[in-house]
Amino acid sequence: MKSFTYERASTPAEAASAAARNTGTRFIAGGTNLLDLMKLEIETPRHLIDVNSLALDTIEPLPDGGLRIGALVRNTDLAADARIRRDYGVLSRALLAGASGQLRNKATTAGNLLQRTRCPYFYDTNQPCNKRQPGSGCSALGGFSRSLAIVGASDACIATHPSDMAVAMRVLDAQVETVRPDGTTRRLPIAQFYRAPGDTPQLETALAPGELITAVTLPKPVGGMHVYRKVRDRASYAFALISVGAIVQRDGSGRVALGGVAHKPWRIEAAEAQLPKGARAVTERLLANAKTTDDNAFKLPLVERTLAAVLVEARA
Amino acid sequence: MKFDTPATTNPIDQLKVIGQPLDRIDGPRKVTGTARYAYEQHDVAPNQAYGHVVGSAIAKGKIVSMDLAAARRAPGVLTIVTAQSAGKLGKGKYNTARLLGGPDIEHYHQAVALVVAETFEQARAAAQLVKVRYAEARGAFDLAAVKDRAPDAKPEGESPTQTAVGDFAGAFATAPVKLDQSYSTPDQAHAMMEPHASIAAWDGDKLTLWTSNQMIAWSVGDMAKTLGIPKENVRLVSPFIGGGFGGKLFIRADALLAALGARAAGRPVKVALTRPMMFNNTTHRPATIQRIRIGATPDGKITAIGHESWSGDLKGGGPELATQQTRLLYAGANRMTSLKLAVLDLPEGNAMRAPGEAPGLMALEIAMDEMAEKLGLDPVEFRIRNDTQVDPEKPQRPFSQRRLVECLRIGAERFGWEKRSATPASVRDGKWLVGLGVASAFRNNLVMKSGARATLGRNGIVTVQSDMTDIGTGTYTIIAQTAAEMMGLAIDKVKVELGDSSFPVSAGSGGQWGANSATSGVYAACVKLRDAVVQKLGFNSGDAVFEGGAVKSGNRSVPLAVAAREGDIVGEDTIEFGNLDETHQQSTFGGHFVEVGVEAATGEVRLRRMLAVCAAGRILNPKSARSQVIGAMTMGAGAALMEDLVIDKRRGFFVNHDLAGYEVPVHADIPHQDVVFLDETDPMSSPMKAKGVGELGICGVGAAVANAIYNATGVRVRHYPITLDKLLDRLPSVS
Repeated sequence: MKSFTYERASTPAEAASAAARNTGTRFIAGGTNLLDLMKLEIETPRHLIDVNSLALDTIEPLPDGGLRIGALVRNTDLAADARIRRDYGVLSRALLAGASGQLRNKATTAGNLLQRTRCPYFYDTNQPCNKRQPGSGCSALGGFSRSLAIVGASDACIATHPSDMAVAMRVLDAQVETVRPDGTTRRLPIAQFYRAPGDTPQLETALAPGELITAVTLPKPVGGMHVYRKVRDRASYAFALISVGAIVQRDGSGRVALGGVAHKPWRIEAAEAQLPKGARAVTERLLANAKTTDDNAFKLPLVERTLAAVLVEARA
Repeated sequence: MKFDTPATTNPIDQLKVIGQPLDRIDGPRKVTGTARYAYEQHDVAPNQAYGHVVGSAIAKGKIVSMDLAAARRAPGVLTIVTAQSAGKLGKGKYNTARLLGGPDIEHYHQAVALVVAETFEQARAAAQLVKVRYAEARGAFDLAAVKDRAPDAKPEGESPTQTAVGDFAGAFATAPVKLDQSYSTPDQAHAMMEPHASIAAWDGDKLTLWTSNQMIAWSVGDMAKTLGIPKENVRLVSPFIGGGFGGKLFIRADALLAALGARAAGRPVKVALTRPMMFNNTTHRPATIQRIRIGATPDGKITAIGHESWSGDLKGGGPELATQQTRLLYAGANRMTSLKLAVLDLPEGNAMRAPGEAPGLMALEIAMDEMAEKLGLDPVEFRIRNDTQVDPEKPQRPFSQRRLVECLRIGAERFGWEKRSATPASVRDGKWLVGLGVASAFRNNLVMKSGARATLGRNGIVTVQSDMTDIGTGTYTIIAQTAAEMMGLAIDKVKVELGDSSFPVSAGSGGQWGANSATSGVYAACVKLRDAVVQKLGFNSGDAVFEGGAVKSGNRSVPLAVAAREGDIVGEDTIEFGNLDETHQQSTFGGHFVEVGVEAATGEVRLRRMLAVCAAGRILNPKSARSQVIGAMTMGAGAALMEDLVIDKRRGFFVNHDLAGYEVPVHADIPHQDVVFLDETDPMSSPMKAKGVGELGICGVGAAVANAIYNATGVRVRHYPITLDKLLDRLPSVS
């Protein structure tokens, strides 16, 4: 770990402005991902801004019937919130499918969105990795890629995003609220939050330097059956091979997002029109441009079969 | 004491303390954090500095140059050790690659430098500043690609690697029912909780090493050999070990580099391997490719059995002994086994819990399941029909005890085996395809010379000292039970001190020989102590009885402590084993029964129930023995379902080198386990009449899982681990 300076911010705007003043800054909240990465010198911030004391840890109702989830609401608290459990079941289930109780007690809503990939080559500083060291190459291409992306990837990077929560947020059409270094705020649909890897896989989100997530908002409840199905080799404490987050309505319409297949939660609204036709039609559209390796080709039939099972469950 | 005739009645047979399911005597220290592990020995030597290991970034080649300037300038840095600065180093008998590489590199993450600094954080940060330029050489990293050129493995000791009895080829060719299949097991990691860790301190030319080590005497020898100093100048201390599984049978880079770092820094240095470094820097269980051929008569009698196994290792390394159980487990007049060894440039392979039998049975016991199906026989019945009470290679040599058939029959009854559908893929419970599987468990019982010292103090406490180690197995407790039984004491009147090379040399912990051998050594020491006490108190040694804290004979009863009134009384001895294992084959047996559910849509395999029935001689402590067996069953479930050190075949290293990438079972994977021990004593084994049990539980269980998956799905997977991608295309459609 490299030496770094540290400060506690007192307001979100101040945190953002301090971040813009210091190059090489990271915000730290739960630290469940960042600290590991710093120890391995995958992340080498020169300055840390601790945002834990900002009053961003409540879940408030919004006038439109939705909810505003503070950036610092812990995953455990979010999953257990009665409103989330009642109206946004897919989110509660996704959260509880992730990590462990101890990690969920520390991990925050904003931090969860900003998790870095679990690609094994990203974690080994001896190996080329465009995400860790831009321009060095991608070791995963032609290497061990069982857990890696099958859609939306590029020749520079085939990493996946590891979050379960983000898949549910995507299926719920969540929005990300931020404050910028100049004090202005904005709201980004989660669909626009993650950037495609392209030639710059080190740039993962639409956040500008210093921009701080203050909340994630959920629109008013949409009803329906909420399912989050995470498929993994062991029963707990493992990242998804693939996951399916779905909301299915009585009339057969619905929404579907996938985890474990791309650099972001993968949802194509147009594919959802195929839901009445069944899992195969939806999967064909969702994964139309899939590019698999020998290691991860199984994800194609796995997505289709899991989605089929999810639809059976939702309609039962 | 020489043990060369079968044991007769002795004080252990009283079973007042031995055989009782007592709690671990070191349990309170462990749960309160006062049992200190190697890296926590903060106060044994003052002014400890911290070392951080730099591992090679290539698998094979040479270091062209090392630039240490930036690291040396970093805050807090005291010294940097490299092969160049370390001077001439030897290599331990139990190491294949050197523990400090350079200029030649033998494997990925081979240590190339140790950076020593005032704090751990400073050492770690400075280690990142060591710049190494390499000239990478081509290496061999793919066993399947080189297997056909692999020569016969060289025999290790007296154990041949190529065996042949009768006319295997002829009998197999003419067998009415036969099977010829290939199986594979991947490289696996010990993944013990406690990383390799050591603190080294020099006093002049004498080294003390507080470390985490299973085999103290081996490691004293190897440390001395590597450093080129007399053995007498090395002391190892390893009282508590957070798991070893064979990965700590020998010194590793942490130990050597702590010693070198402490010498260079002129003060004590502590070194722990980081988790991401452990997988490539230390040893692992080597992958195997196995071919099994079985021929049988239509009524299920095996007439020909052949088992070949290929594995790889660095030059000078050894094979994974995956065929050894096949020489002994089932009858059959015509047999062959063969071990081939390829040279691979991966990190070195070595022992991991039940080396040989664990991967060997993962293959053999699937083959037996397949063969039973071909014969139309129940797999339990097929195994029973091929039981043998004698060494099949030497029929004049019986097993000392062999109750495999009882293990299988009792297990079948307890598990509800009769409810198993013989037709695969025919039982469904909601979204789960349900299946049952069985496998035999087999592991040889090894015995090793083992010494101990038992001292009676004037307070009536008996203190047992031995360099024996407790690697989490419960050794402290069974040694205390042994001494308590022998001296007629309650267990709280016995103190046990282990893991220090200044104590008598023991068997150490490995190969499931530890419990039986080490307690036999304590038995021998206590026989000496009893004699000394009897003499001191003027009893007639023939009729003195030790019970209730007193020595009794006729009407006379003297408290034990009285004997030590004028000073400690010491009994010290070493048990040495004669040639009873030449006339009698000593092995341990079991039956594994497993129920799995396979999620019909996703192919996820989840265990539902596991049962092991074990016959392993006298069980010294049913509680700690059960913990050993369920732990081993868990490890075997991991091997069956998820554990796989994935090789990057371009760069020659294990890619998934942390505990997020290398998955081992979590609690949610292991819902229900039962263990039954048959009531057994084996007088051929030792005066304790016990055998090893720490490895039996992993032997065969992986195949029982595989067979249960087949029974659930009809999909036969012969290549471990059995992950869902290997099942998916043959599962029923989702509706």
